Parts: sequence; C-alpha cells; structure tokens
Amino acid sequence: MSQAATTAGAAPAASVATSEQYNYAIIKRFAIAAVLWGVFGMAAGVWIASQLAFPFLNFDIAQITFGRFRPVHTTAVIFGFGGNALFATSYYVVQRTCQTRLWSDSMASFTFYGWNLALILGVITYMMGITQGREYAEFNWQIDIIILVVWVAYFMVFLMTLLRRNQPHIYVANWFFMAFILATALLHVFNNIQVPVGLFHPHSYSIFSGVQDAMTQWWYGHNAVGFFLTAAFLGMMYYFVPKQAGRPIYSYKLSIIHFWALVFLYMWVGAHHLHWTALPDWVSTLAATFSILLLLPSWGGMINGIMTLSGAWDKLRTDPIMLFLITALAFYGMSTFEGPMMSLKSVNALSHYTDWTVGHVHSGALGWVAMITFGSLYHLMPRLWNVNLYSLKLVYVHFFLATIGIVLYITAMWVAGIGQGLMLRAFDQYGNLAYTFTESVVFLHKPYVVRAIGGGFFLAGMLIMAFNIAMTVRSGIKAEAREAQAASTEARTA
Amino acid sequence: MMGLWEWITDMGNSKMVALLLFMGTFIGVVIFLFANRQRARKFETYRYIPLDDDDSHREPVARRDKTKSDEQ
Repeated sequence: MSQAATTAGAAPAASVATSEQYNYAIIKRFAIAAVLWGVFGMAAGVWIASQLAFPFLNFDIAQITFGRFRPVHTTAVIFGFGGNALFATSYYVVQRTCQTRLWSDSMASFTFYGWNLALILGVITYMMGITQGREYAEFNWQIDIIILVVWVAYFMVFLMTLLRRNQPHIYVANWFFMAFILATALLHVFNNIQVPVGLFHPHSYSIFSGVQDAMTQWWYGHNAVGFFLTAAFLGMMYYFVPKQAGRPIYSYKLSIIHFWALVFLYMWVGAHHLHWTALPDWVSTLAATFSILLLLPSWGGMINGIMTLSGAWDKLRTDPIMLFLITALAFYGMSTFEGPMMSLKSVNALSHYTDWTVGHVHSGALGWVAMITFGSLYHLMPRLWNVNLYSLKLVYVHFFLATIGIVLYITAMWVAGIGQGLMLRAFDQYGNLAYTFTESVVFLHKPYVVRAIGGGFFLAGMLIMAFNIAMTVRSGIKAEAREAQAASTEARTA
Repeated sequence: MMGLWEWITDMGNSKMVALLLFMGTFIGVVIFLFANRQRARKFETYRYIPLDDDDSHREPVARRDKTKSDEQ
C-alpha cells in the first residue's frame, strides 16, 4: 500500500540543492506554527462547544467563559492555523512555480514573527476582555496596526518574488494568492477604521454607525470567508492537487474563468448576513442574487479539482493524502451549495440566528479549509525536511477521525438549527408563541453534546497529525545531523 | 454622447452601470480564452507548470532514515 502511495505522494525529492535554491527555512517555521495553532485552536473550540452543552465547564473563571474564549478559538483556527498554513504554502508555491527564491529572507522572517506576535497578543487581550467586538476582527486597534504592517511586508515579498520569476507565465495558484493578499488588505483597512479612545488606551470606536457599521462588518466578514478562507485555499488546491496526483489540473481555461468569476462575485454577497434587518431591501436582494450566481464558479472550481483525478481514481484507494484533498473539494462543493441556498431570504428567515449557520460555517471550515490544509501539509512536510512521512497509516486514521467528526458536527447543527428555527417561529391557535425561549434551549442540549463529540473526533485527528509531523521532522533533523557529521569526517580524512 | 455620460454618472443608474461593466469584462475574459484556438491551446500548456520541476514521480530516496512508511 504505502509504496504505491509514496510513489506519487509522500516521497520526498533528493535534491540537495533545492533548499539552497529556495528559502525553505521560512516555510518550515510557518508550517510548524500552523500545526501548533491548529492543536490549540481546535482544543479551544472543543472546550467552548463542551461549555455550551455543560455550562459548568466555565468554572466561573472569566478568562475562559464562552464570550472571551470564542474569539480565541476563531482567531487561533482562522488566522493561526489557516493563516500560517497560507503563508507556508504561498511562499512554497510562489517559489516553486516561479522557479526563483523569495525576494527577501529577512522580510519573510519579519512576516513570521510579526504575524504570530499579533495573534498571541490577540489571544491574551481577548482573555483579558479587551475586544473590538467585530466578528473575526476582534483585535484592538494597536494590534490592527501590527497586522497591517506585516501584511504590507507579505505583499511586498510575494509581489517582488513574482516580478523576479524565471517562468514567463504566472501560474493560476499565484493569482488566487495575490487576490487573497490584496483583498484582505482592503478588508482589514476599511473594517478597522476606528477612532481610538486614547494613544495608550486599548479601546476605540468605529467610524461607521448603525446599519452602515453592520454592513461594513459583514462586507468584511463574508469577504474574509471569500478571499481568506476560499480564494487562498483554492490557490493551495491548484498546486497541491495536481502535484499529489502527479497529473496537471483538468482544465487551465476553467481555472481562469473560476478565478475571475469568483473575484467579481464575492465582493457583493456580504449583505446576505443581514437579511430582514434595517438594511435596504434592494441590498439584500442584490446579495442573494450574487450568492446564487457564486454557485457557478464555485462548482466549476470543484469540478476542475476533482476531475484532475480523471483516469486515475485508483489513487484514492492507495493514497490517504489524495483522500484528504479530494474530500476537501467534495466539502467545498457541499458548502458552496448550502451557502447560496441559505442566502435566499425565505430560507434565511428560518436559518438565521440559529445553529444551522454555525454548522454551515464548520462544513466549510473543517471540511474544506482544514482538510485541504491537512492534505497540503502532509505533502509539504516530507519535502521540506527531505524525508519520508513517519506513518501513512496514521494519515488514514487522521482522515477517518476528521471525516467522522465533521459528519457528527454538521448533522448535529442541522438538527439543532432547523429545530430551533421551527420552534422560534411556531404559533399556537391564539397567535401566541408555541414555545418559550427556554424550551428551545433545552431542545439544543443533545445536539450540542453530539457537536462536542464531533469536535473531539476532529481534535483527536489533529493531535495524531501533530505527532506524525513531529516524528517526520525529528527523523529529518537526525538525518541532516548525520549527513553533516559524515561530511565533516570526510573532509578531515581528505 | 453627453447624454450617455450623464446617464453613466447618475448614481441612480449605478447598479446597471456596475452590471454592464462586470458582465462585459467577464464575457471579455471568456471570449479571450476561447475565441482563438492557438491561444486556448497555449493556455492549456500552463497546466504543467507545477510539474515542470517535478519531484513527485520519483521513488523514495534510500539515504534517509527508515520510517514507518517504509515498513508499511
């Protein structure tokens, strides 16, 4: 089994010159940081999911109550796990596909320390109760400035590397990465225009107010999903799926249409988070319309990725890394169907303010983002350390734990969300609400327990991955030390 | 001509202007990709860029540690 898998998959290259030609040191740092943040962020997620099922678990400690720990979870998984993985893979892909070294080693190092410092400060301040109160952008204004500086450095490193490429064409994965970098800069700046209370004061006020502020937040919120959690990970997909399959992407023309359609459409859909609010009705309708249109490029991209395996489906039987990548695309397809459906005003009237939304987010975040990242990191790690993956069996175990975890999570949230929505809308024959709010909370207990168990499965898989990666890295470091010793002995005897 | 400019700059028509602009650009991209067969063929050659300096088809290297992967 393993030999077949390693032939196209987990086998590293023996190119000694590779690590000199390319800057792999920075990629190694980001990749390890991604795994560490993944373990921490997912553990925080399981903890807060368990708190919702069993509230005594907050132990009356303010720092770990749901309200403070929830942004710790989202920041750690989105920006810690996802962000570090994106830095690692984008630096790897741009170097490999442009056949050139990163533009500036020191500036790339600065992005590593700056990014992770901002995240650590974020986690500490959230637990202290300091937050901007904007979803997925809870960092206070001083940390926002650190992030901005880091992001400009990231943009410069990526752009200058593209400009000094030895390959005339810019491969489509780099287009997606560039769109992600530019759009994230735009979103971060406009969503965080704040008036600070004082120079040394952590709090600030948004320059926008009322419905405009809500609109700005969800313009940011949904485009963070669109460009950070989708476009960037599509860049990952367009490189690592063909690479792991050992075959080119199914259609390059389709990838170009996918790119342009996606970047045209995503910017318009944020308002579907604010249906049935004070937002003008035409904005709601516009967002819903563009959300439905988004189904076309999303599924086009999914088909492009999956069809890359056309004629080589047997790889799914022999290569667990391929399983991760293709299952990620399947979840991408599922969540990009569910999203437009939920953006319809009539469906949204039922689903909004319920756990269905939470389930939808996690089918995308766990099924698409995390699975494509796992597959890419399993491909990447052995190549960075020029050593075989420690255990392919453990990759299989991780895959099944993760898949079972996601299925438990999203089905529990469908039951919770739809049930909750129906209970909140039910009237008796006199026109009174049929259920009290407390009754809907009681109903949620069992799905919440199942959700916490599903999260536990997913976290167990993540811990197994961390162990597998640690052992792989350890054997790589040992081999490097042995080779260095052999080389010095040889030099002495000569 | 002046009337057309006034129509474009009227904020009341911004939705229609945006629609025409984006739809037109998108159709332009599709035409650019498919209208010229030679160009379309050239685009498809870019599919191979990730595999250009491919190392993924090679057999595992023997000089490294034996790991669990080798034993499986």
